[in-house]
Amino acid sequence: MPLDRRAADAVVWLLLLTMPFWLNWIGGYTALGTRVVVLALAAMSLNFLLGFTGVLSFGHAAYFGLGVYGLGLTIKYLVPSSLAGMALGVIAGTLAAMILGMLIVRLRGIYFAMVTIAFGQVFYFIAYRWNDVTGGDDGLSGWRRLPVDLGFARIDILNSDSALYYWSLFWFAVAVAIMAALLHSPFGRTLLAIRENERRARFLGIPIDRHIWLSWVISCGFVSLSGTLYALLNNFADPHDLRWDQSGDFVIMAVLGGMRNFWGPLIGAAIYVVLQDYISSQTENWMSFIGLLFVLVVMFFPRGLLGMLRRRAAP
Amino acid sequence: MTQLILFNVFNGLIIGAFYALMALGLSLILNLSGVINFAHGGFLGIGAYLAFTLMPFVGFWGALILAPLATALLGIVVERVLINRLYGRDPLYSLLLTFGLAYILEDGTRYVWGPSTLPFSVPTWMLSPLSNEFFFLTGYRLFMVMLVIVVVAALFLLLGYTRLGMRIRAGTLDLETVSVLGVNVRILRNLNFGLGIFLAGLAGVLAAGMLGLQPTMGSTLIMPSFVAIIIGGLGSLPGTLLGGLLIGAASGITVVFWPSASEAVIYVLMGLVLLVRPRGLLGEEGRF
Amino acid sequence: MTNKILRDMLDRRTVIKAAAAAGVAQVAAPFVISARAADTVKMGLDDPLTGTYAELGRNEQIGCELAIDEINAKGGILARKVELLVEDSTSADTGTAVQKARKLIERDKVDFLLGNVNSAMALATGEVSNELKTFHIVTGGHTDAVTGTDCHWNVFRVCNTTRMETNSVAQTLFTKYGKKWYFITPDYAFGHTLQQGFEVFLKAHGGIETGASLAPLGATDYSSYLIKAQSTNPDVIIFLTAGQDAVSSLKQAVQFGLDKRFHIAGAQQELEVLEGLPPDARIGTWVFEWYWNQPNIKGLPEFIAAIRKRNGGKVPTARHWFGYTAAWTCALVANETKSLDAVKMAKALEGFTLPPEIALMPNKTYYRAGDHQLMPTLYVGHAVAQGAKDPEDLFVVDQLVKGDEAALPVAETGCHVKWPA
Repeated sequence: MPLDRRAADAVVWLLLLTMPFWLNWIGGYTALGTRVVVLALAAMSLNFLLGFTGVLSFGHAAYFGLGVYGLGLTIKYLVPSSLAGMALGVIAGTLAAMILGMLIVRLRGIYFAMVTIAFGQVFYFIAYRWNDVTGGDDGLSGWRRLPVDLGFARIDILNSDSALYYWSLFWFAVAVAIMAALLHSPFGRTLLAIRENERRARFLGIPIDRHIWLSWVISCGFVSLSGTLYALLNNFADPHDLRWDQSGDFVIMAVLGGMRNFWGPLIGAAIYVVLQDYISSQTENWMSFIGLLFVLVVMFFPRGLLGMLRRRAAP
Repeated sequence: MTQLILFNVFNGLIIGAFYALMALGLSLILNLSGVINFAHGGFLGIGAYLAFTLMPFVGFWGALILAPLATALLGIVVERVLINRLYGRDPLYSLLLTFGLAYILEDGTRYVWGPSTLPFSVPTWMLSPLSNEFFFLTGYRLFMVMLVIVVVAALFLLLGYTRLGMRIRAGTLDLETVSVLGVNVRILRNLNFGLGIFLAGLAGVLAAGMLGLQPTMGSTLIMPSFVAIIIGGLGSLPGTLLGGLLIGAASGITVVFWPSASEAVIYVLMGLVLLVRPRGLLGEEGRF
Repeated sequence: MTNKILRDMLDRRTVIKAAAAAGVAQVAAPFVISARAADTVKMGLDDPLTGTYAELGRNEQIGCELAIDEINAKGGILARKVELLVEDSTSADTGTAVQKARKLIERDKVDFLLGNVNSAMALATGEVSNELKTFHIVTGGHTDAVTGTDCHWNVFRVCNTTRMETNSVAQTLFTKYGKKWYFITPDYAFGHTLQQGFEVFLKAHGGIETGASLAPLGATDYSSYLIKAQSTNPDVIIFLTAGQDAVSSLKQAVQFGLDKRFHIAGAQQELEVLEGLPPDARIGTWVFEWYWNQPNIKGLPEFIAAIRKRNGGKVPTARHWFGYTAAWTCALVANETKSLDAVKMAKALEGFTLPPEIALMPNKTYYRAGDHQLMPTLYVGHAVAQGAKDPEDLFVVDQLVKGDEAALPVAETGCHVKWPA
């Protein structure tokens, strides 16, 4: 089994590392690959909370969007530096999650989901209505990502698609490695215990609320990291990035790939992004197909693609 | 100034009553079945479009009754085919399924009726203000409020005094026992879902008189209804009604002082309520 | 529909041929449709086909399609066939619009990018086309920045700026209906700049602004703003709302009886909106950017007939005209420069005058050098409840205004075009 897992890891990384070389060949384009990686990071971060702590948030787009706007506002008004923008975007998202997390951490289940949606909408309306700063409905324009200067080397993410792809992949790898390490630590085991049986965990003296809060903050922090990468990709920030339907997209990505598997959300994001990109070019009724996908997943593949494969492999 | 505030509070209550109508439908379904129906806005849109289509044949009043009924019928079919598979499962799945359903309904509406805004007319006598002093009290708004009052009264009578209503209420408290007592829970939930969708369809017809008839009309209206439920407290229909009126009044007042915050204010209100009373104003302790 | 399927089949066949030629054994991936025939000239339309702006986007698409059929019938571009690729940008998700622009330019290698209805998307995709040095015509996004502070050497626009719209109607309102105005303004850049335009006029002519309400975009209830408006007792209530918001706000204003006590007016108005209103709410003085019922315009009857054929019997709106004119502009400028080079075409389009059968409006219609804004004719007039001869004749043109007389001079737009070295 560990060997299997290591082999799977190797395949995943190999495919990701070589993506710009084969993606165009099968009819994709580099920006599509970057989008997959960025949204996969968002879905995997969400899954840290959803799949490995058992808490459903339907409002992660808010923290994603804070990353997007954090980066855009920083580059536009404060410092013309992509790295500084990323740092401030992540800080903004994480701070907001810390504060709101304290308000909602005692809620559970469907109540938690509804409240995360509703609080997410507050940020949406701020971005949507605060025209002077955020540009309102027109979005935040008039800025561009800047090449990253590391002192010893310069990464030209502005003019090279591939550079931007590898820049995103680098941060994806860092975030994923941290999340994997956390999940293998005693902290991660405790989260799993909470997911499996919260009451038992509570009897064991585990401070449940504090663990859920931590998991929520970590999850939101990485989502805002992916938000900053998304802003770099688009050279634009727009209020839709914070809206609840964006949150829904993250959840379906996680479930579609398999939320009990570490790589599940990556697979889900890849399928979802490519499918949407493809169908919406074929028919203007693509929304029905995406909706149908939601329905089919819930009815027939509730464990997601990887969950199904694994079950078939080990009857 | 006071006059302006009073106008706006009053007006906010009218809008709040509308949100309450929509939220009550959502709340009914949530209470008995544990399903958050994201597709509620989609059903609302279908109700409005059906009314538009039916109106040339049955007139405004006929459409007002028939369109919600037809929408409810669709709701009952959808419940039978899709929603009933969600019962007892993780709420995650009900959120996702109804989320997808909302996409399908919106797209289906556009497919059937086209993307153009359609001209929806209400009877002309409703289109005049009652007096110049209270010009904001138009016939249509008054009609809306009366209708909401009648419907809410009928709903509470139905729940309080009929066998079906009692079963729904009992099922909300303890579905298992109700089931053991020989009530067919499947049918109960099915009818209850239909009832909730009926309210959505009705809200749709009312909305079409105020707004433009467009496939996306439902999606903008659903969030305030969620907030109304959370503020009022999950599991409590009177709470939902109260929540709807509260958010209407709150945004009515905010418009006077700080129009930009008139939408965000309801979420702030919700945050305050959660801070002070996590179960919502009239919610029961420990149910969710 | 059959056309599309046929096209896909053809594409797949070419792909397989190409793949075989390259010695690649199998191309099994289902979504390989990238390699389109290399000898066609490609236009990419990135416009909303779903969501709030779906109707406007679809109408622009119909206009483009008609233009492309005509262009092909007249020999195409540089004697090559023209092909239109359409992508749904969605109405609200700018990330998707940007992605689709990249897809069209990077993967499908379009020579021209067209779109978008949504101002935010027009700005964002303008950034993409500028980065990738692709010739771009904005069809229907009105925010001033497109040909103002955020202008680019490769971006042109066929629809008007907000200032052109306000300047064209302001004088009529002022002299005919009174000098005390109240504004109902949607709270985003489009609404703000419209209001500013009117305010500049009021100040210059000694008028009075009795107040203004900023209503959120997509507001469902306008009563509180209407209450405020009537309490200030203006001569004219100016509705700057667009699209769905215009439908809701006008419907509610009529229910409050405001149309009987004040004059209702505004700037930009569209046939799509008037058709979505019940007859009693089709009121007010407005600006149309193009109107179908005009006398003595060369080629107009043919255009109307051709659009009717593709549009379920309905007449063309300004949106059809935007799409039509934008696509034809690409063909004309490419054929004139005998090149598909974006820089050459953009330079040639500065000051370019559209031939009358494409412009389909009186007066000289040309792209202004400096900010790349089309200078068309604007139609000031009033809405009517029922069409006299045609049910869709819902607007009566009272006055024609020349675009270059309504527009700000280039120096005041904030646009400084930087050409690539």
